[in-house]
Amino acid sequence: MKRRDFIKRTAAGTTLLGLGGLSLSSFDSVDVKKITILHTNDTHSQIDPFPSNHPKNPNMGGVARRAAVIEQIRKTEENVLLFDAGDIFQGTPYFNYYGGELEFKLMSMMKYDLATMGNHDFDNGIDGFFAQLPFAKFDFVSANYDFKNTILNTHVKPYKIFKKAGLKIGVFGLGIELKGLVDKKLYKETVYNNPIEVAQDIEKQLKEVEKCDLVICLSHLGFNYKNEPEKPSDIVLARKSKYIDLIIGGHTHTFLDKPVVEKNIDGNEVIVNQVGAYGVNLGRIDFFFDNKMNLSSTGKKIVI
Amino acid sequence: MRLAIFETRLNLSRFDWHDKCNCKNKNRILQMKHFGLILTLLAFSFSSVAQQDVVTVIEGKQINVNDKYTAKAEYEAFITPYKQKIDKDLNQVLAFNPETLDKTKGEFQSNVGDFLARIVLEYSNPVFNKRENKNIDICILNHGGIRAMIPQGDVSARAAFEMMPFENYAVVLELKGEQIVDFVNYFIKEKKPHPIQGLTFTITADKKAKDIKVKGEPIDLTKTYYVVTNDYLANGGDNMGFFTKSTQTYNLEYLLRNILIDYMKDVDTLKLVNEVKVTQEK
Repeated sequence: MKRRDFIKRTAAGTTLLGLGGLSLSSFDSVDVKKITILHTNDTHSQIDPFPSNHPKNPNMGGVARRAAVIEQIRKTEENVLLFDAGDIFQGTPYFNYYGGELEFKLMSMMKYDLATMGNHDFDNGIDGFFAQLPFAKFDFVSANYDFKNTILNTHVKPYKIFKKAGLKIGVFGLGIELKGLVDKKLYKETVYNNPIEVAQDIEKQLKEVEKCDLVICLSHLGFNYKNEPEKPSDIVLARKSKYIDLIIGGHTHTFLDKPVVEKNIDGNEVIVNQVGAYGVNLGRIDFFFDNKMNLSSTGKKIVI
Repeated sequence: MRLAIFETRLNLSRFDWHDKCNCKNKNRILQMKHFGLILTLLAFSFSSVAQQDVVTVIEGKQINVNDKYTAKAEYEAFITPYKQKIDKDLNQVLAFNPETLDKTKGEFQSNVGDFLARIVLEYSNPVFNKRENKNIDICILNHGGIRAMIPQGDVSARAAFEMMPFENYAVVLELKGEQIVDFVNYFIKEKKPHPIQGLTFTITADKKAKDIKVKGEPIDLTKTYYVVTNDYLANGGDNMGFFTKSTQTYNLEYLLRNILIDYMKDVDTLKLVNEVKVTQEK
C-alpha cells in the first residue's frame, strides 16, 4: 500500500513539478523505460468547450485546452503516444459545415499518432471520410474492417508498430458491427469481421512475429453490454485475449472512475480504459519497463 | 526455480522503496537487502536468457480537461475563422426552453423524446397530407438519434444541430398493425425510451405488451398505419428490421433538424406536454 502511495507521489512530482529526471530509475539502479499513452474517444466534433450552463459538463472539454494538457505532458515525458478510439466525427455544426476537416487538422496539430474508426466516422459515407484523410497527418488502423472493395483500400492498415526508447509498441484497431447501425449506402462494401477472432490473430502476430513489447488495441466496440453479455465488447475482448496489454475503448461513451483491470485467457492483467466522450477527459496510462533482467509477469504492479 | 528467485528480488526492491518512507525495522531491511544482493547475483548466474524489457509498473489516470488549463492561443486562432461562419449562421436566439431537455431522464419516456416525436408528427403531417392526401398516425424515432441535451434557457439553431446533427430526413412508412406490435416488442426488449407519438401501450409485470393503442383506438393487426420516422430507421437502422417491411415509403425530404428549427422559429417558448404513453405494471 505504501509503495503504491509512493509511486503515486513520484508520478505526481514528475508531471506537476516538471522534474522529468526524477523517474523510478533515480532511486533504483534498475534501468527503467517509461512509455506514456494518452488517449481520447468519441470526441464527436466537440471543438469548443461546453458552455458554462451545460447541465453535465459545464466549462469542460475544448480542443485548445486539450492541446495545453498534452503539451504539458510532452514537456516532462519523452516517450508519448497519443491515440483516439474513434467517432471523431459528428455532434456539432463543425462537422455539418466542414465535414471533419477541422477535427483532423486540430488532431494533427496536437500530434496524434494513430486512431481507429468509429461508426460515426462513416456518417458522410466512406467517400466523405476518404475526402478528409489528406488533412490527417496521423494514420488510421482497423483490423476487422475489410476495406478491400472500397475507396479506403490500403489507406487503413490493420496495425501500426511504433518504436520508442528501443521498445516496440504494436497498436491495432477494432470496429463495431456496421449492419443495423450504419446505413449500408454509407459504409458500402466494407466487410465486418468478428473482432474477437481477428484480435486473437493480430495479437499473436504482434507478439510472436513482430516481437512487440507492448500490445495495444484501439477499440470502438463499446465497453460492455449488460443485456447482451456475449456481444463483442472491450470486456469480452480482454477476457478472450492473450497478449493485449491495454484496450483503449470507445463507442459507449463510458465514463469510468478509473481504468478497469480484467484477466485475460491466461489469468494475466489487461487494462481497459475509456474516457467518456466529447474530449471532456484525457486518458493517461504509463508503462514502466524494466530491462535489468527477466522479471516474471507476476511482478507487475498496477497503480490506478 | 528461477521464477522464485526473481519473485524474491522483486519483493526486495519493494522493501527498498519502503525504506525511504518508513525507517522502522531498518535493520531487518538492511539484512534483507544483503540477502537480496546474493539472490540477485544468483539469478544472474542462472540466467542465460537475453535481456528483455518487461512491464513492471502500470499507472493509469484520467485528466479532466477544464478551465484550470489555459487554452492554447494558436489553436483558438486556428479555429476562429471556422467558428465565425457558424456563429453568424446559428447564434440567433429563436425561442426559450422552459426546462432542460435530457434523454436520460425517465425510464420509458424522456421529456426530449416526447417533445421531438410530437413536433415531428405535427410538422410532417401537413407535408404528407398535401402530397398524398393521407394522415400520419404515429411517429417513432430512436433514442440514440438524440445526440445532446438542450439546457434550460434561450435556444438557437445551434441547439438543433447539436441535438440532431445527422442529415436524416422525415420518411413516412406504410405499415400493418403487425409491424407496430413488432416495434412494441422491440421497445420492451431494448428497454430504451425510444420517442413515440400517437402510440400507447402497457408493459405487464412479466414484460409483455398489452393495450396497444393507436391514437386512442386498439391496434388492428391487419390495418394499414402511416408511421413517420427518419430515413436511417426506415432502412433498418438500430436493428429496427420491421420498418423494412413497409409496403410504401414516402421521403418527405424534410430534415428532422429543420423541423426542430422551424418549430423554434414558430414559437416563443418550447411547449412540453406531459402524456403517459408507456405504462408499466409492477
